[in-house]
Amino acid sequence: MSDPSLLRLTLAEARDGLAGKSVSARELTAAYNDAVAEIAPLNAYITPTPERALAMAEASDRRLARGEALPLDGIPIAIKDLYCTKGVLTTAASHILDGFHPPYESTVTDRLWQSGAVMLGKTNLDEFAMGSSSTTSYYGPVENPWRRPGDNRPLVPGGSSGGSAAAVAARAALAATGTDTGGSIRQPASYCGIVGLKPTYGRCSRWGVVAFASSLDHPGPMTRTVRDAAIMLRAMSGHDPRDSTSALMPVPDFEAALTGDVRGLRVGIPKEYRVEGMPAEIEALWEQGVEWLRAAGVKPFEISLPMTKYALPTYYIIAPAEASSNLARYDGVRFGLRVEGDTLDEMYELTRAAGFGAEVRRRVLIGTYVLSAGYYDAYYLKAQRVRTLIARDFATAFERVDGILTPPAPSAAFAIGEKSEDPIAMYLNDVFTVPCSLAGLPAISVPAGLSRDGLPLGLQIIGRAFDEETVLRIAEVLESAAQFRHLPSFVAGGAR
Amino acid sequence: MALDKAAVANIAALARIRLSETDLAPVADELSQILTWIEQLNEVDTSGVPPMASVAATGLPMREDQVTDGGCRDDILGNAPRTARGFFVVPKVVE
Repeated sequence: MSDPSLLRLTLAEARDGLAGKSVSARELTAAYNDAVAEIAPLNAYITPTPERALAMAEASDRRLARGEALPLDGIPIAIKDLYCTKGVLTTAASHILDGFHPPYESTVTDRLWQSGAVMLGKTNLDEFAMGSSSTTSYYGPVENPWRRPGDNRPLVPGGSSGGSAAAVAARAALAATGTDTGGSIRQPASYCGIVGLKPTYGRCSRWGVVAFASSLDHPGPMTRTVRDAAIMLRAMSGHDPRDSTSALMPVPDFEAALTGDVRGLRVGIPKEYRVEGMPAEIEALWEQGVEWLRAAGVKPFEISLPMTKYALPTYYIIAPAEASSNLARYDGVRFGLRVEGDTLDEMYELTRAAGFGAEVRRRVLIGTYVLSAGYYDAYYLKAQRVRTLIARDFATAFERVDGILTPPAPSAAFAIGEKSEDPIAMYLNDVFTVPCSLAGLPAISVPAGLSRDGLPLGLQIIGRAFDEETVLRIAEVLESAAQFRHLPSFVAGGAR
Repeated sequence: MALDKAAVANIAALARIRLSETDLAPVADELSQILTWIEQLNEVDTSGVPPMASVAATGLPMREDQVTDGGCRDDILGNAPRTARGFFVVPKVVE
């Protein structure tokens, strides 16, 4: 049995321990391989890769011994199973990608391996990242490692990056990659009591990430601390000529931005985010966040983002439209599942009927409809125009403020199956994360407190495009003030 | 907008997803509910507002029209459900 205390280190502490030779990459990775096996009941990983992890760790140890350590050498991380990993099963949690072993590596994971990180495995998610609960996976639902005290019902980890969030929260990965299209990094981070950062659109390459909605898909890190998110983001970022929307921007040392000094920064509090029916405890924590920032020298301002209420319907036109186009490639010809038919069309129809789950099917059908002749202007073009107005709301606000503080989600984690009957109720989970997704702005969720039920709640900071540094700096100040030290009820390496 | 079963069958055919006869009514209900919900966008005056296709600030980057990749036929075919002599195999499409 490996040393469970290794699982309690943050990424930054583990990095320093590896550099100082107080632990080897092999020891650390062995402890995490055990942890991955131990949390199997959560169904957070679809494909663990323990042997590859040990081989990568040994290569890290050789570099560490030679004094040639890379920035993430020996750091064991989990990869959302939406990133293509060369020769390793990549499923997008869909039946339709049965047996798909990509012949190439995604840009972001390639950068992580080039930085010395160690792959523990591929994590579970909502099918094709479409969902807010990680319950639509072909490989079964993910369980949140948190439970309400005195209540045995399994809770959702949020979604779609629920496997990554659960793995990091349960101390079965030092960090993980996620992807965020409408909140899929920040909402599960909030539900699992970890940090989740959606960078600016274009900061991290989408190349080799299974496409859902190309104008909205953002790769990003999920970690236990803000500092760890800064370290991961630096390794994941950078221009990639293979993604035509990848930004030609220098990658700053995000960790260096964590000065703890936010004096004089102006932070906006959008009045439209006080939505009807929001639990009082979420409003109270939000107010507490304002006070924490004020105490640190931030000037809070009430701001208005008048288009907020239209963000969700806009998103649920644009995202399905792009998805219906992106998912046209799953046709039984080149990869994955195939159900034979007498004609080519019949083969397509039978393959796609068998291969897509109910939520993916629903979104492909909606997307097909809003793009179809006669409806394109009324739905898709209309949504694109409202998207312009939503982005303008933020642009106007950022003339007055340096960041925006909101809750990341309107509730704490809910029970598995609780909202699955009503698709719109599920969509409403994304009310606070979708608007800045449409605008492509960086945003982070930081664990900030517990609900009355004993479940984690987060706070969200939204920033200007390509100003992740300010987002991280404010987030770290919130993190220091909140002192969130709670552990989930189920963690690898035994009780708290 | 309420969709009827015929409209849903047409959408499903366009999307190349086979729906059984018994699926049509419940799927029509689901989609109609979602469409009714998204139609609240009609409240927004968007006259003169340009559509936003992407938040990426610049236009598409240009590069020389050169082959930069390739020569990996077997890698590409490696994931195909059916292949023969270096090709993908599909049901006969030409009589």
